[in-house]
Amino acid sequence: MKHITTINKADLKATAAKGGCGKCQSSCQSACKTSCTVANQKCEAVK
Amino acid sequence: MIHKFRQLGYNIVLDVNSNGVHIVDDCAYDMLGIIAPPMAEECPADLPARLSQYPEQDVRSTYAELYELYKEGALFAEDDYEKYSGTMVKSPVKSMCLNVAHDCNLRCEYCFAQTGDFGGERCIMTPETGRKAIDFLIENSGNRENIELDFFGGEPLMAWDTVVETVNYARSIEKQHGKNFRFTITTNGVLLDDEKIEYINREMSNCVLSLDGRREVTDRIRKTLNGKSAYDVIVPKFQKLVRSRGEKDYYVRATFTKYNLDFTDDVLHMRDLGFEQLSAEPVVTDLNEPYAITTDDLPRVFSEYDRLCEVMANRTENKFNFFHFMVDLDQGPCAIKRLRGCGCGNDYVAVDPHGDIYPCHQFVGIEQWKMGNLYDGTFNNDIKEYFAKTHVYSKEGCRDCWAKFFCSGGCNANSFIYEGDVHKPHMLSCEMQRKRLECALALAADRAVKEQG
Ligand code: SF4
Ligand code: SF4
Repeated sequence: MKHITTINKADLKATAAKGGCGKCQSSCQSACKTSCTVANQKCEAVK
Repeated sequence: MIHKFRQLGYNIVLDVNSNGVHIVDDCAYDMLGIIAPPMAEECPADLPARLSQYPEQDVRSTYAELYELYKEGALFAEDDYEKYSGTMVKSPVKSMCLNVAHDCNLRCEYCFAQTGDFGGERCIMTPETGRKAIDFLIENSGNRENIELDFFGGEPLMAWDTVVETVNYARSIEKQHGKNFRFTITTNGVLLDDEKIEYINREMSNCVLSLDGRREVTDRIRKTLNGKSAYDVIVPKFQKLVRSRGEKDYYVRATFTKYNLDFTDDVLHMRDLGFEQLSAEPVVTDLNEPYAITTDDLPRVFSEYDRLCEVMANRTENKFNFFHFMVDLDQGPCAIKRLRGCGCGNDYVAVDPHGDIYPCHQFVGIEQWKMGNLYDGTFNNDIKEYFAKTHVYSKEGCRDCWAKFFCSGGCNANSFIYEGDVHKPHMLSCEMQRKRLECALALAADRAVKEQG
């Protein structure tokens, strides 16, 4: 493509169907905690 | 839904529902301000005239590329997640904040715990209560293996015996129950000594070290009881801890207030002290406090985030991570997780020194949210159910917010405390959250461009 560079191929929709296993870390949004926010969290099921 | 913005010299487009992130040229950027789904395969006849600042050939080829993304589901993807929100049920409790000390040896002006006592009397958790908390987690965590427990306060080092006994107890029984405890601690550092540093670095998978940046900023707000500089006491101890920590996680976190809206300097100062994992969080407080950040301060806060973002993009050495600018675009959490966020009151709870259970550390001490007690064995499943059903589609405004799959509906406690309703996002926090996300996405774009050379 000439006009567009896509930087991630992640497909959020695909994760909805098989997601929700609950293995991932809790993620308090407030930085007074050690947990991470949702945005920088890793899925622990796909290791 | 899409969100487009300019940052770090890039035109960035986030396709909200697919989570696709695209860097586009000016023609595509302007075109996305005009077109809306559903897209036809043919370029609309009036488009070249409406974008007459670009050669017609470019307009047509740009449209064709956007259409291709659209067909792939990476542009104007539809929001069909709400059906999952209806299936949200209670989850096992897998994570706990253990408030081992409702007491503190600093008197930070902005402390949400009201200088450590959470509005009640000062007290320390007994080791027995710590052990009961471990039993509670084992009983209530179902088939979850990884259990997180954060030692918090007040200042947890003031209850050191309880910390050690709780950890030892958990380690002695975790295997037989098929659990793996991950401990973390959040400390102001005043009581750190060699023995505690060694223990923390061995047992705690993460630790949060509170410091507000430059000496004058830290000392102005993080006040000691004897009037001496907190900075001078804390910094050498943190440096020692981090030097001997190896590869384990930590971060040094600052709170910024109206007194230091130039907080980039505080972040850089902490980097100069040798810390590489950094965070600076806006104070959330009553707007009448002199240090409160208000709507009027937002333009200044935004330009400061811009400055920090640029510094990070341009650094080739002495790099650092800034907690709130980190996003993982490739292996982030699943959509289900993103709908619900922090999990407070559902898979996450807080326990105070008396063994009282609350949805999270910020709800501690608010009577109406008390969920139960470790001693009498009570645990209110109605409150759990309530939080299980709290998600981006149940909150005012989140559904139409472009940041929803990164933010997950914000902090329930802030919403309750400052807006009076768990389902009403704290708008001031939302504004800053969205700005930080733009910076985070821009830095991710910048990394991708640089990697591709
Ligand atoms: S930024 Fe605010 S409106 Fe947007 S998802 Fe977060 S809490 Fe909801
Ligand atoms: S409600 Fe707020 S403070 Fe409590 S866990 Fe959630 S994000 Fe964190």
